[in-house]
Amino acid sequence: MKRAPRLIPALLLVLGAVPAVAQQLTVVNFGGANGAAQKKAFYEPFEKSAGAKVVPVEYNGEQAKIKAMVEARKVTWDVVEAESADLDRGCDEGLYERLDWSRLGGKADFLPAAVHECGVGVFVWSSALAYDAGRLKEPPRGWADFWDVKRFPGKRALRKAARFNLEFALMADGVKPAEVYRVLATPEGTERAFRKLGELKPHLQWWETGAQAPQFLVAGDVVMASAYNGRIETARREGRDLRLVWTGSIYDLDFWSIPKGSPNRDLALRFIAQAITPQRQAEFARLISYGPTHLKAFNGLDPKVLAQLPTAPANVKDALKFDFRFWSDQGEALEKRFAAWAAQ
Amino acid sequence: MEAGALREALRRESRARTLRALALAAPLALFLLLTFLVPIGALLVRAVDNPEVARALPRTVEALRGWRGEAAPPEPAFAALAGDLSAIDDQAEAGALARRLNSDASGARSLVMATWRALRAPASEGNAAVQAAPPAAGARAPLLAIDPRWGEPRFWEVIARNGARWTPDYLLAAVDLRRDAGGAIAAMPPEQTVFRAILWRTLGIAAAVTLGCLLLGYPLAWWLATLPARTASRVLILVLVPFWTSILVRVAGWIVLLQSGGLVNQGLLAAGLVEAPLALLFNRTGVIVAMVHILLPFMILPLYSVMRAVPPDYLRAAVSLGSHPLQAFRRTVVPLTWPGIGTGCLLVFILALGYYVTPALVGGPSDQMLSYSVAQYANVNLNWGMACALGTVLLAVTLVLYGLYRRLGRAELAP
Amino acid sequence: MSRAPHLGTAERAGLLAWKALCLAVIAFLLAPVVVIVPLSFSSSSFLAYPVPGWSLRWYGEVFESAEWARAFRNSFIVAPAATLLATVLGTLAATGLARARFPGKGMLMSLLIAPMVVPIVVVATGTYLFFARAGLADSYAALILVHAALGTPFVLTTVSATLQGFDTNLVRASLGLGAPPLATFARVTLPLIAPGVAAGALLAFATSFDEVVVTLFLAGPSQATLPRQMFTGIRENITPAIAAVATLLIVFTTGLMLALEWLRGRRTG
Repeated sequence: MKRAPRLIPALLLVLGAVPAVAQQLTVVNFGGANGAAQKKAFYEPFEKSAGAKVVPVEYNGEQAKIKAMVEARKVTWDVVEAESADLDRGCDEGLYERLDWSRLGGKADFLPAAVHECGVGVFVWSSALAYDAGRLKEPPRGWADFWDVKRFPGKRALRKAARFNLEFALMADGVKPAEVYRVLATPEGTERAFRKLGELKPHLQWWETGAQAPQFLVAGDVVMASAYNGRIETARREGRDLRLVWTGSIYDLDFWSIPKGSPNRDLALRFIAQAITPQRQAEFARLISYGPTHLKAFNGLDPKVLAQLPTAPANVKDALKFDFRFWSDQGEALEKRFAAWAAQ
Repeated sequence: MEAGALREALRRESRARTLRALALAAPLALFLLLTFLVPIGALLVRAVDNPEVARALPRTVEALRGWRGEAAPPEPAFAALAGDLSAIDDQAEAGALARRLNSDASGARSLVMATWRALRAPASEGNAAVQAAPPAAGARAPLLAIDPRWGEPRFWEVIARNGARWTPDYLLAAVDLRRDAGGAIAAMPPEQTVFRAILWRTLGIAAAVTLGCLLLGYPLAWWLATLPARTASRVLILVLVPFWTSILVRVAGWIVLLQSGGLVNQGLLAAGLVEAPLALLFNRTGVIVAMVHILLPFMILPLYSVMRAVPPDYLRAAVSLGSHPLQAFRRTVVPLTWPGIGTGCLLVFILALGYYVTPALVGGPSDQMLSYSVAQYANVNLNWGMACALGTVLLAVTLVLYGLYRRLGRAELAP
Repeated sequence: MSRAPHLGTAERAGLLAWKALCLAVIAFLLAPVVVIVPLSFSSSSFLAYPVPGWSLRWYGEVFESAEWARAFRNSFIVAPAATLLATVLGTLAATGLARARFPGKGMLMSLLIAPMVVPIVVVATGTYLFFARAGLADSYAALILVHAALGTPFVLTTVSATLQGFDTNLVRASLGLGAPPLATFARVTLPLIAPGVAAGALLAFATSFDEVVVTLFLAGPSQATLPRQMFTGIRENITPAIAAVATLLIVFTTGLMLALEWLRGRRTG
């Protein structure tokens, strides 16, 4: 068992040998409208300036592939857009390279939350209540309304995961945003969140990819959904009357990161350095309503664009910052319990 | 003398033939060994593999030997832990340890990483304190100073429990069992029990699909068997078209038919049979319908091949002797087709057990089968021990049934 | 049932109901395959009836999309390679084991057809962890090897079945006349079992061509095959482009199936 895996690769490598293509950078993103915006704002300009080809790959945040690659020391992903909790965990476990911040500009240029030893913030996004204004008589105001199936009959969609949903459930149950994580950290709080989520279970339809939430809303499968703000805004620009409720939304950052052992580490760092410049970030924010992490990027944006970002003062006022440290520690147990609960 | 020589020659000839047979089969056997059997063996090993704690904290595990978790951990354990953690050079190894402990005790991740960082930081306070502490004073206070959570016995318990290189915990968890603090096997707390229910659901869905296939497949197979050979083979092609069509194509077809604005609902609404569209997709109905469709040919083909061998005269004779046709059928044909029913049902049941794609695409969260849990733990939760343990359970159930199948009929699985 | 001699009204009605049921089952079998085809020519972006107008836009979309092109290419790299491997190995083993009798043969056969029985997710997880450790995740090699392993039982069983009706005296005669074993195999055995080999190869091809679970685990984005691409499409963004690909696949696999039926006819006839 221990020896075989070493012998076989030698045999199989002969079969696996594929000629390497020069200067190709595999960048992994969350797909859909987000991926499309990244292509325009980040990949295409980089291809032009660096003369390298960017190969975009979509994923839904699964860390398994990265772990497998790193353990096998055959890393084929060069740059990964990672969620904060995954980045933090992966950094601890040696899945991601530590970044050389001297090549990325000063840490002081960025939102403090965007600076991590293994990553730099790509953008600030928000998970908020979304609905189709054409299908509801009155606009919902927050998560309590999301749970109110009498006033707002119909199915609701939530992401199939514990994260965010437990927070939403507590807010629907009357917990103030600032108190959410304190309550959730107690066993009674967890109990309360699951109980509240249980109330809504018969009315739930789950989404797994960011593109599904607006799709469900547009198709009329659900009357409300939790959704990434940028996807909803993009659907609006395409003429759908989808709206967001910022009260009780949860915002967080996605990070650029480099899986440990990427053969194109240097090119990857150059890509990241270019992608986090104020110009590129402002361009990205214009394409999809996700907030820049470089402080100077805000200067170049028009007030209309700014007002749609999760970082706009009006939007952030009653919002909650995602606590990735809480989820790093409690995530596995809570996700396990959630999976058990959802499967019943 | 001559007879002996002949026997010897025959024996030699037979041995040569066996050797030739083995030589020809060897490439395939070797190939399957490397690409199939070894990986699956590795999966079985991984279901009990538990290297992290034993590798990273050998002295702590030793110091905790005999400690049962009823009181505070013994003093030497603190010093051993500080020593073990300081000795970890690679952050990835500390991270692996943190992950392993955290999956049994939430919070262990930040506890381990924070302590490791504090101990490794050059000339840090914690480090200095632990190292400067005279042996008598012990390492307890400095460790608690780095993080007071080291005062909680639950973290020590998981270290003690996972000290062995191999663990039954994943396999136990795969059937909703666990070891309690004393090492006795106990039931999982109710909010974490899930896999037994999923196993029963898997068996239930497979049974429902098998029954569905039998009810639809039996009449059709008999009809095929009564048709003249030429017509039968033409009709058989109609049965085989879906069999050959990609499963993904068929799933897309069922989505078109069953979705809330789909053809079935449109038809029902137009006929006035229902007032609102029925929910047929993303629930159990959708899963069973689509699976029956996919597996039906596996029922029809064995039934058909058995029924073709039933002489039609039997039925004719029974009917002409005055039996009611249905009764005659039940008395004469059905008993002769038992082997076909047996193989068909077991085949469909075995194949249905391992279904993943169809429930994932047309089912809801409460319609997922054991395969889904395996994939979920492997790809999303990143808990490969658990994924392998669940895979082991699924494999075990399947192999038991397959053994039964091999006994029941020498029929091959190929259509 | 024209053979049944005397039938009352009740029996006649029963017979009619039975035939209606059979036709309904056939309709059930064909329905999902049939309904998908017209939607591929729909001008709407929704995969649903009624179809507002007809167009070829979704075929255009499929043919212009880099992802679908890659998926087609990958499927036609992986499936033929896996088929070749499975066919050679399976045929060799089948000819070897056909008439040999030795202790443990049943056991060996069980092991050799195990890939047909082991739940696919177990195969996928096992090979994924194993090949990833060997540094072969996200490679064509791993995908081809595992797909070949999944296909070998089909070749083994079909060729074995053909060999059961095979006249061994021909081989003995050939060997007895002094022909070397390899020449005997190529000139005598192979032509006789060719239909069985071809049928097994077709089944192995279909196994790989339709396989999605192992591909989900083992393949990187650059190895995504057609079923893998369809899986993503159905899950994330279901449009008539799926129907267009489905239609192309239906045409292709129906062709394969007719080829197999023809081969079967030759084998038995």
